Amino acid sequence: MTTKALKLKELAKGEDRFAHGHRMCAGCGAPIVVKQVLMATDYPIIAANATGCLEVSSCIQQFTAWKIPWMHSAFENAAATISGIEAMYRSLVKQGKLEDKNVKFIAFGGDGGTYDIGFQALSGAMERGHDMMYICYDNGAYMNTGIQRSSATPFGADTTTCPAGDVIPGKLQNRKDLTRIMAAHGIPYVAQASPANWMDLMKKVQKAFEIKGPKFMNVIAPCNRGWRSRTDDAIALAKLAFETCYWPLYEIENGITKITAKPKEKKPLVDFLKPQGRFKHMFAPGNEYLLEQAQAYVDAQWERLQKEAAFWGEE
Amino acid sequence: MGKIVAVTGNEACAYALKQINPDVCAAYPITPATDLMQRFSGYVSNGQVDTELVLVESEHSAMSACIGAAAAGGRVATATSSQGLALMWEMLYIAAGTRLPIVMPLVNRALSAPLNIHGDHSDGMGARDTGWIQIYSENAQEAYDNLVQSFRIAEHLEIRVPAMVCMDGFIVSHSIERVEYIDDADVKNFVGKFQAVHPLLDLEHPKSYGPLILTDLYHEYKRAQHEVMTKVPGVVLEVAAEFEKMTGRKYGLFEEYRLEDAEIAIVVMSSAAGTTKDIIDQYREKGVKVGLLKPRMFRPFPFTQIAEALKHVNAIAVLDRADSFGGYGPLFSEIAGAVMSMDHKPAMINKIFGLGGRDYLPEQAEQVINELIKISETGKVGAIKEYIGVRE
Ligand SMILES: Cc1ncc(C[n+]2csc(CCOP(=O)(O)OP(=O)(O)O)c2C)c(N)n1
Repeated sequence: MTTKALKLKELAKGEDRFAHGHRMCAGCGAPIVVKQVLMATDYPIIAANATGCLEVSSCIQQFTAWKIPWMHSAFENAAATISGIEAMYRSLVKQGKLEDKNVKFIAFGGDGGTYDIGFQALSGAMERGHDMMYICYDNGAYMNTGIQRSSATPFGADTTTCPAGDVIPGKLQNRKDLTRIMAAHGIPYVAQASPANWMDLMKKVQKAFEIKGPKFMNVIAPCNRGWRSRTDDAIALAKLAFETCYWPLYEIENGITKITAKPKEKKPLVDFLKPQGRFKHMFAPGNEYLLEQAQAYVDAQWERLQKEAAFWGEE
Repeated sequence: MGKIVAVTGNEACAYALKQINPDVCAAYPITPATDLMQRFSGYVSNGQVDTELVLVESEHSAMSACIGAAAAGGRVATATSSQGLALMWEMLYIAAGTRLPIVMPLVNRALSAPLNIHGDHSDGMGARDTGWIQIYSENAQEAYDNLVQSFRIAEHLEIRVPAMVCMDGFIVSHSIERVEYIDDADVKNFVGKFQAVHPLLDLEHPKSYGPLILTDLYHEYKRAQHEVMTKVPGVVLEVAAEFEKMTGRKYGLFEEYRLEDAEIAIVVMSSAAGTTKDIIDQYREKGVKVGLLKPRMFRPFPFTQIAEALKHVNAIAVLDRADSFGGYGPLFSEIAGAVMSMDHKPAMINKIFGLGGRDYLPEQAEQVINELIKISETGKVGAIKEYIGVRE
């Protein structure tokens, strides 16, 4: 199958496989990610979804936003669930009981359902080599249950379980670098993407779908409730995350790291932090060290990524 | 007529799975069930089945993958024991609530702590409320026969409910017994083609599985599930009748042994029933009218049929191979529930036996029968619940 042309005009004419009328909050980044992913391809898709905001808001009673076959079973097992669906597909095709229609299998999970409780199932599914793509929409906390910290929550963030208090200034730990951990599984394709760079995201989805085997994509998905930002800032914040190199856009294909887009000029991290209420306390007098620490971590990560890409000559 | 073989319970069940040839199996090792799937893996590796075997990283994922595979639209099986079943707990409800006809041999084993790998019913009893059908087997032949029947039961279009086929860990799973295998073609014919209902793999009719259902409808969903369970006994009997035609082996919702004219009765499940029958024979020779009722289908529990079968006895001892700490044994509670509908209520005692694989010895059955004789004579019950076979 030839890959679909990524022209806005053409894309706008295509069928929406994630329908309007879902009940995600106004301004949520997650449904934008889902739409971009589904829009990138004309392949038939079957999706599994971990419990979380996307799942509870997209299929309620007799109403579903999903125009593709879709399954939610629990929180920690989207990867295992889709691996069962994919295994059944393979089995029936192999036995001649089902026609091979080149179906693509996706699991969607929030960062909690991916970095934390679903990590084992994800790791297992990737190691087993299912022909599937796991997409984490990373909003940096357990948003569905009310903004609790996850291992994807950035350093310093104020969440309901690591509230910025007089003694503890928000989250004390850095984010887990899940994208790299997934790359360490030695799977054929791992990428980090952002809905602000939609063309980059869609190209990655297209590329991934042409690769057999397990794929992982980590996509930033701003959440105005949890980040305490303006309702319509999701894309602006995703863009700042890219421009400050807080959320670099890169891919690791067969072990080779490539930075797929670089900001013209690396902006200071505070540009990303400032519009978000969850980092407000970091700007209080006396807390400069928090900003410094946060910046130092982003710098080190960015430095390392650039070195890695340079090593492969893919900078 | 099939082949007569000398095999273990696990071997017989693995062979049944080979004959049934599920589309997908997802499994994770745990003693004593490991050996079952291990043997089945051999059939996969040698191309003797078409099954896609998904060797997951935990039992939680095993059941999750089975759920995905079953929703996708095909025949699915797994097997587990003890801690494995405990880890699946969340997903057991989801399998049943989603009405996916997954079949799972459960090789019954004790639960930690303390760690113990031997047979008792703690694992199965902990899953009794999950919405799965539970069928308990006395020996390898029954485990094999029940497994073959369970696909027909679970996949029956009127119910679509997952089923566990239980056998005692080690006592049955690892003991070599005489088993009569059914011919491959007969099994294939008996089990039939899998009929998918709303398969996810139907791209033309996309389905959403696993919605959020809140206060306005959840209660109704659960009532529907309850109502489906009331249809299960009929299906189990229908399948058993067909099975009897094919094999000559008769199965019901429970087995009655010398119960017809009994004055006192023992109720016990699985392998312990065998020992108990021997002792009952000895007492019968002495003129004691004692009988046995061995539940086969524990979920749904056939309350009315069991009440009918026990209505003439004066005293009943229910032997539980599991405890509900601070309560009566789970089987006792069900029998007490059944007895509730009787006009004449028998005296009842509950013995907890055989935990963690502790041998159930003939002396224990004798002790229970002696106590029942006394109760029947005097009408007096001592302790209702008591552990037997305990080292003091
Ligand atoms: C086993 C289990 N533990 C906890 C929960 C409660 N729970 C449901 S959604 C959720 C948070 C989801 O967070 P995330 O995966 O980041 O997705 P988001 O809600 O942010 O989209 C939690 C904790 C659950 N459903 N299941």
